[in-house]
Amino acid sequence: MAKQIDALMKVRDLPVGFTAKPGSTLEFKTGDWRSMRPKLDRGKCSYCGFCYIYCPDGVYQDMGKDEKYYKPDLDYCKGCGVCAQECPKHCIEMVLEEV
Amino acid sequence: MAAKPVGMEVSIAVSEAVMLCDADVVAAYPITPQTHIVEHLSELVADGKLDAAYIPVESEQSAMSSCIGSSAAGARTFTATSSQGLALMNEMLYRAPVLRTPVVMVIANRALSAPINIWNDHSDIMSVRDAGWVALFAENGQESLDMTILSFRIAEDPRVSLPLSLNIDGFTLSHFIEPILLPTREEVRAFLPPFRPIVKLDIADPISIGLLGTPESYTEARKATDDALTASKQVVSEAFAEFKKHFGREYRVVESYRAEDAETILVMMGSIAETAMTAVDEMRDRGEKVGIVRLRLWRPFPVEEFKAAVRHAKNLAVIDRHMVLGVPDGPVALEVKSFLYADEVRPNISNYVLGLGGRDVTRDDFWHITERAKQPGAGQRPRYELVGVME
Repeated sequence: MAKQIDALMKVRDLPVGFTAKPGSTLEFKTGDWRSMRPKLDRGKCSYCGFCYIYCPDGVYQDMGKDEKYYKPDLDYCKGCGVCAQECPKHCIEMVLEEV
Repeated sequence: MAAKPVGMEVSIAVSEAVMLCDADVVAAYPITPQTHIVEHLSELVADGKLDAAYIPVESEQSAMSSCIGSSAAGARTFTATSSQGLALMNEMLYRAPVLRTPVVMVIANRALSAPINIWNDHSDIMSVRDAGWVALFAENGQESLDMTILSFRIAEDPRVSLPLSLNIDGFTLSHFIEPILLPTREEVRAFLPPFRPIVKLDIADPISIGLLGTPESYTEARKATDDALTASKQVVSEAFAEFKKHFGREYRVVESYRAEDAETILVMMGSIAETAMTAVDEMRDRGEKVGIVRLRLWRPFPVEEFKAAVRHAKNLAVIDRHMVLGVPDGPVALEVKSFLYADEVRPNISNYVLGLGGRDVTRDDFWHITERAKQPGAGQRPRYELVGVME
């Protein structure tokens, strides 16, 4: 049902009212929109959580008290760079996405 | 059915019809000349005569947002607006058809600002003519009530499931007291089945609505909506036929008056046709072969029915109540000309714009238009005639 979001569909195959099952955005992997990728220097990271809070797409995941850092889910990260801009320790660098 | 008509303001008749249709939700913001409709509905809800949620929203944009949401939740939904209020709804108006939410909206047609003007013409509905709503025009008070009942039946038909606007001329209809035959609740219930939505927000079977349509699907989503709107014409005609069986009054998507043998046909929409009928009777008495073709259904445009109604005419005088600034024809004339362009034999089509911002439309105007439409070269005029303009 969510396939309509980024796959070609025939008019007659579209769900009436252009609806989808809830949560279908999870199937919409926006990571391939990215041209720059956040690269974390864990040595400088203070585990403050600014990247997690500021990320407009909520792609940062808390890796927990043992690991003490936040990791972006690159399936969804669009590479906007807000995390790198806001990081108080300047430990996130935006690097060119190599295909 | 009530045996005798009662004197009633048309706005009140429309509100009473919404009550008789058992609307579940009314979300509206008052604006002249629609005000009496929503004021009376608010009273009916407050007095317990209509078991509905009345949402006094803070703007028309919110009114239409609420309507789309409540319709998607399976509630029979009504709103009404005019002019600037319709303009403020614009963003939401384009969403309702694609989401297939059958909201019914009465538009008490009023001119768009500037200059600010509260009186009647068709510039408000014409500004949203492409939004994908079914659009009907009423001519008088009884039609306004009947079309309100029909609107719910047409919009909510599972083969349609589209929002519908019923256009009644501001003041000219909305504020006039007319004799009205008011049906009973039982009669309306026998005609109007309960609302069974084809798209429904349901906790037991959740769906998401209002989704992103990427370049891969936007075209197809628009086409699906256009297909549904185009197909709704058949349901409109069926609903009219069924209405006749229940209430005895007959309506067609395209109405004709003394047009069968007319050499000159006046094409129009809305309440001015009442005045035009009087003028046509006078002209007929003088031997003038003139008649009226009135579009009751504006969207989807009933092309075949319209062509059949005007096929034999020598001259078509298309009357518009709105100016398309920067274009030499009014909106109705533009479409009529394009539909007839491919025909081998087509009438002389001339266009007249009048009745803007509440300017009176008189019998003399129709005499004048008929004379002008018969003149040699009328079909070759480069632009519309703005009737009665002081230059």
